[in-house]
This record gives sequence, structure tokens and C-alpha cells, in this order.
Amino acid sequence: MISPRVSALTIALVLGGAILLAALNQFTPVGSALHVPPYVIALVGKYLCFAMLALAVDLVWGFGGILPLGHAAFFALGGYAMGMYLMRQIGTRGVYGNPNLPDFMVFLGWKALPWYWYGFQWFPFAALMVVLVPGVLALVFGWLTFRSRVTGVYLSIMTQALTYALLLAFFRNDMGFGGNNGMTDFKDILGFNVQADGTRASLLVLSALFLCGAFLVARFIVLSRFGKILIAVRDTESRTRFLGYRPESYKLVVWVLSAIIAGIGGALYVPQVGIINPSEFSPANSIEAVIWVAVGGRGTLAGAILGALLVNFGKTWFTSALPEFWLFALGALFIGVTLLLPQGVMGLFGPRFVKAAVTSAPTISEEEEAPV
Amino acid sequence: MTRCLALLLLAVLWLSPGPGHAEAADEAYAALATTNFDTIRNGVMALSVSGDPRAQIVITALHDGKLYARADRALFIKNADGTFADALTGAAADVPATALKAVRVNNAVRSAVDAALGVLRLFARDTSTRLAAAEAVFLARDPAAVPALDRALAKETDPTVKRRIEQARAAAVLASSDASDADRIDAIATLRARGDLEARSTLGNLTGQTPAVAEAAAAAITAIDRNLQLWSLLESVYYGISLGSVLLLAAAGLAITFGVMGVINMAHGEMVMIGAYVTFMVQQGIKAYLPAIYPANLLIAIPLAFIVAGLIGIAIERTLIRWLYGRPLETLLATWGLSLVLQQAVRSIFGASNRDVDTPSWMSGATELGGLTLTWNRMYIILFAFLVLAALMAALRFTSLGLRMRAVTQNRRMAAAMGIRTPWIDALTFGLGSGVAGMAGVALSQIDNVSPNLGQSYIIDSFMVVVFGGVGNLWGTTLGALTLGIVNKFLEPVAGAVLGKIVVLIMLILFIQRRPRGMFPLKGRAVET
Repeated sequence: MISPRVSALTIALVLGGAILLAALNQFTPVGSALHVPPYVIALVGKYLCFAMLALAVDLVWGFGGILPLGHAAFFALGGYAMGMYLMRQIGTRGVYGNPNLPDFMVFLGWKALPWYWYGFQWFPFAALMVVLVPGVLALVFGWLTFRSRVTGVYLSIMTQALTYALLLAFFRNDMGFGGNNGMTDFKDILGFNVQADGTRASLLVLSALFLCGAFLVARFIVLSRFGKILIAVRDTESRTRFLGYRPESYKLVVWVLSAIIAGIGGALYVPQVGIINPSEFSPANSIEAVIWVAVGGRGTLAGAILGALLVNFGKTWFTSALPEFWLFALGALFIGVTLLLPQGVMGLFGPRFVKAAVTSAPTISEEEEAPV
Repeated sequence: MTRCLALLLLAVLWLSPGPGHAEAADEAYAALATTNFDTIRNGVMALSVSGDPRAQIVITALHDGKLYARADRALFIKNADGTFADALTGAAADVPATALKAVRVNNAVRSAVDAALGVLRLFARDTSTRLAAAEAVFLARDPAAVPALDRALAKETDPTVKRRIEQARAAAVLASSDASDADRIDAIATLRARGDLEARSTLGNLTGQTPAVAEAAAAAITAIDRNLQLWSLLESVYYGISLGSVLLLAAAGLAITFGVMGVINMAHGEMVMIGAYVTFMVQQGIKAYLPAIYPANLLIAIPLAFIVAGLIGIAIERTLIRWLYGRPLETLLATWGLSLVLQQAVRSIFGASNRDVDTPSWMSGATELGGLTLTWNRMYIILFAFLVLAALMAALRFTSLGLRMRAVTQNRRMAAAMGIRTPWIDALTFGLGSGVAGMAGVALSQIDNVSPNLGQSYIIDSFMVVVFGGVGNLWGTTLGALTLGIVNKFLEPVAGAVLGKIVVLIMLILFIQRRPRGMFPLKGRAVET
């Protein structure tokens, strides 16, 4: 189902494409026909980060059977961790020139750095937090929910509640994460200017590398014995449980891993777009990430990457060419893909690209009394 | 010191019998004509309680800077056209402007003037003016006002105003230095009966009282505190029920589509939004063509919103949802897409900005119940929510459509075997749920902004309600909505609105751990989907 050839092709395309774009941007003169303008570099870098989010969604939705409607929360948390590092790097170059406090804290009249900002001036610490914060949140949330066998739609709605709660929380100024405006005006990352073309090109290649790495990890997992049981859990959870497996453990592992991949995606996203604010937590973003996967083809991994790139390219094109119609197009995409293209674009290429169809029991069952 | 003087003066004035009354007023008028601020101030205070018919005119003139005095202490009021009139008689007076000097005021005089006008308003003809004046005097706690309050009390006929004046008098008595202990204890009892924050702070400010009075005051404060706590508790409950009824309205339709049919309709919020826009259009239409029935516009909008949203719901079921039965997660995605399309469609037609929906006059205003202020529109929405709920339950239980719906929900194949057209019932059930959402939109248009995003702000909350209450159970939905509403409102004062909401969400996430299927779960194999 995830054949070596498709995987190799995916990696070659992602990595080769990113390196090619970066090289064309760096090593061709500005006027030449082959020159890639810097905004394209930033845009493609952004798409690759979204592709990581899509990959994370596909891992839990396509293989774990959990439809996450709040995965952008993990993405945004990773982004915030990176944003905090970048904020601390501004140092005295902010508007208020305070060496310790970010501008928004000075503006709010804060005197000292809150404890949870400690350590973020060191990149390794921030990088650790990028992995740890989404991971631990996913661990706690997943442990609580999977253990009590919250499944299906309930679980989806709970994930949405989670991201909604975080959205509300990060909008508050008192939280110390910049409130409504979030964090922006970043200066440099590891000593390199984030605005510089060279940094952007490197970030693009780095995003591609991380995406390919995440893809390989995900592929390894789903093809392993662990992955087989995971798919069994997805298709008939009760039967797997009766066979003696513990579905919650399998789901938890893949859930946490998926959150970490999303978090890393968010961390790479922030320096490339130059801003992180609470709107990243909005439930609509998470649901959009699901449609990327649905468009590409659920449970194919490579399809998730493809879907994220396709839909986001479409979004960029639509919002500049026909801004009025973007929501119509997106809505039609949701409806069309679920009704007509249940296996996504990958399904068009033939059965060897997609997994066996996801079986599901009818919702409205036969023998049931329902108090009304 | 001046206060004592004024009191003394007042006591003298008040104790002086009938004929002296007029003399006292004359003396006060004479005091106004001086240049000493203290004297003027005392004059104003004396005048305000003198009961002299010209007092209000003269003090108003002083307030407006139109009061002039002659060297012989005669007072004149400057008219708008620059001529002068005798202040005491109102007759036109032919005096040269050069002989007159404006009565000067300073801040102390000005505040005395304001207080005096307040006292004088106690005798106004308009009841609400008198009520406001009594309240102002109450807040001023001016001992000098006692005589005027006594006179106002004797004349007052309106029981509400009378009570207010009594309270104002009690506050004034407590502030005066020469009232007897018995009077003070009476006054404390009056304030205790009033029982609000102002009464409490009046009592709390009492110092240097005799032990008996202090004890009564302390007891009254404790009683008031307990009372206030009770009222604030009731207020939270009321606000909670109000929020809960809004949630109930938004979630009732969802309880049908999600609960009974198992369909996750993410476009449910958009049905609510469509209901609100129907209200807007009905109002515009009636305004343009039938202004006579405008007050009844909501009564027309409610059935219309039900029909419009219901028909759209049936159309959605026939074209979209029926292909996705048994695939709840795909349904979720498709209906989310639909909600985007509907939002954008409404945005294209009506514009992105908020639309004004009027509140009919019979729904605006408020009524007071003890320490509670109940706004009519909230009351109507609570009422409406429960009416809708009752109608929905009745429809499910007593109509043939309801019977079929329940049959299909319970055992689809058996129902089909009995000759029920299950696809048709599915469509109607979905239409019913959507129609209820449309009616919710009419109600929400009264308390929320009518914009294309109206539905989105409710969709998560309504899902929470349904999940919390348990799927497929309208009682669960009701209880879930009210619980969430009340918990939200109780948390708000403690944690703030946003944090309160976050806490509720986290509590819900934890609650779902304990009861994965809500408070009233469905039992049996239908659960495993």
C-alpha cells in the first residue's frame, strides 16, 4: 500500500524540489528567467510545514481511525515555542529596547519575565520544548480519552474543544503570549537574519528535510507490526481488544507521535511566515488540515503531503484571483471529496497507491431501543 | 462647622410655626443676596426645605447663574431676553442692570444648590422624577434634607416613591447628629429592609454610635450581606438559565439530527444563521409593505424561519447526507464544507457586516423582582426555549411523524418492513432538526449580532451540550444546556468570562472521561458505531 517506489518518489520530489527552488533563488541573478523570487521560497516553505501537519493528521486519521479536529493546536503550540525563542532573540532591538522583556510585556507594564519564559533564549531548550509541549499535551489528553474509550465523533468533538479552549486562552493578554497580536517582528534565528534570502532558502530545505524525515518515520511505523495492529484497531477496535491487545496504548503512541510531528511543523512554520498568533488555534484551521488529507487520500501518507500542497496552492491562487469564491471552492472541495472521491487524488492513480478501503459499521443500527 | 450652623438654622426654621415659615423663607432669600459664600450656602439649604413655592425657581436661577441681587438685598432673575423679574413674585421689574450684581457661587454653594434641587425634585409632578430624586437624596445622606423629606412623605401617594423617600429619610437620620437612638434604630430597620449595596455602605459608614445603635447596624449589615449573597446567587442562576436557554435553543435541533439520526451536522450553526437572516428579511419586508403589523414581526418570523430552514435541511439531506449514512466522520467533513458555502453565500448576498434586527417594543425593557433585574428579551427567550422544547417533545411523542421517527431510530429495518418509508422519514427528521435551528436563529437575532458568522459561534457550544447531555435524549440536552449555562455564569465572576469558558471546556473534557457517552447515554449495541 505504501510502496517503496511511491515513497522514494515522494522523497525525491519533496527534497529535490525544495533544493532546486532554493538553488534557483540563491544562485541565479535577480533579473534572470530562472530566478525564483523570495516570496515563492517563503510560500513553498509554508506549504511544506502544512504538509507536516497533514502527515500528522493522516497518521492518526488514516491509520488510527481518530478524526482529529484539533490538530492545529499542536502545530500552533510548536509554533509558539519557536516564537518564544525568536522573541527572546530580538533582545534590545525591540521598540522599547528592553533586553529581557518582549515588547508586548513592556507594553502591558510587566516587570519581570514570567517563569515559563525562562530558558527560551537557548535554542536547544526551545527545540526541546517544540517537541515536549505538544507531546505532553497529547499524552495527557490521549491518555485520558483513550483510556475511557472515547471514540469516533465524541473524540473528534473533544479535540475540537481542546483547540477551542487553547484559542480562547491564548487570546488573553494575561497569559503572557502576546494575546491577540501574538508574536512577530522576529529578527534572527541562530544568528541568521530571518528576513534574509539565504535564511529563507535554508529554512525551506530544512522544512523539506524534516518533512521527509517525518514521512519516513511515519512510514516505518505504519509498515511495522505495530502499524498492522494499529490498522486493526482502526477497523474493529472491539475485536482487537478481545484478541488481547490494548488499543489505547497503540492509539496513544501514534497520537503523541503525530502531535510531535505537527509541533515540529509549527516550529518551522513560524520563522518562515514571521508571525504566530492565536488564530492558528482556530477550529477551522484544524478542519482544513483534515481536508488536505482527504483530498490527497486518507491513509496513504504521501497523499497527505500531496493534498496539503495542492489545496494550499489552490488557496493561494484563489484568494488572490477570486477572493469571493475561495470559501465556495473550499466548501465544494469538502463536499466533493467526501462524496465523489473518498480515496482522494491518490485513489485516482489506482488501487496500488491506497490502502484497503476503510470499513465502517452503519451508524443507525438495527436492533436498538432509543429513548426519545 | 457650617453643617452645624445649617442644622441649627434648619432646626430653628422648622420649629418655627406657620407664619414664621414665610419669614424663614424671606430670611433665606436675604441670605442669598449677600456676598459671603457660607451665608449663601446656608440660604440655599434653608430655602430648599422651606416649602416656599418660589424656592425651586430661585435656586434654579442660581444654578444657571441668572440670579442677581440689588444692594438692598432684593433678588432678581434675569430673563432670556435680558430683562429682569422680581425673584420673589415673578413680576417684571424695571431695574437698571447696573444696579444689580450676579450672586456668585463657589464649589460649596454649587453642591448645596445641586442637593437643594434634588430635594425640590421630590415634589415634582412626574413619578419617575420623584423616584430618581428620592434615590439621589438617599445617596447624598444629607441630614439637612430630613424636614423636606418629611413633607414629601406627607404628600406622597405613590407607594414605591414613598418607600424610597422613607429610605432616604432613614439615611439622612443616620447621618444627622441629633437624632435619638430609637429613631436611629428605626432608620436602620428601614435600610435593612432595603437591603442593597447602597444601604449596606450607608450602614457600614456609621461611626461613633451608641452601643445599641451600633449593634443594630451590625446585625443589619449581616442580614443585608446574607440577603445580597442570596440575590447574587439567584442572579447567577437566572443568567445561567438565560444562557442555558440560548444553548438549549441552539442544541435542540442538533439533538434531533445528531442525537436521533446520528448525523453530525456541522452546518447546523448555519441553519441558526439562516433563521436570523429570515427574521431580518421579515422585518424589512413588513417595514416596507405592512408597517401596521410591525410589532408582530417576530411572530411571523418564527414559523417562516422554521419553514425556510426546514426546507433547506430537507434539501441537504436529500442531496448530501443520504449518501453518507454510516460514515459519521465523512458526514462531518461534508457538512463542514456545506457550512462554508452557506456562510459565503450569505456573505455575498447580505454583506459581511452585521445586520440590524429590531427588538419589538413588547420585548424591550426590564422588570425588577426583589434584587433582580430581569430583562424582557431574556425572559421571552427562556420562555421560547422551553416552548420549543415542549413542542418538540410533543411532536416526537404524539404525532404520527414522531412515532415513525422513533420507529426508524429504534429499528430501521423493522420499521421499513412495517411499511414506513425510511428515507422520507430521514429527510423529515433532518428537516425538523434544521427547522428548530431556524427558530433558534429568530431568538438569537434578538440578543446577538446577525452576521454570517453567527452560527459558528454556537456550533461548538451546542455540540458540547449534546455530548454532555447524552445523545438521543432531549431531557439530557435540556439538562446539559442548563447545567453548562449555570456553571458558566457561576465561574464568570470568579475566573472571568474567557477563563470561565476555558474551565468549562476542560471540565467537559474531564467529564467525558468519566461518562464517555454523556449524562444520559444510550444503551445497547447502537452505541458502537
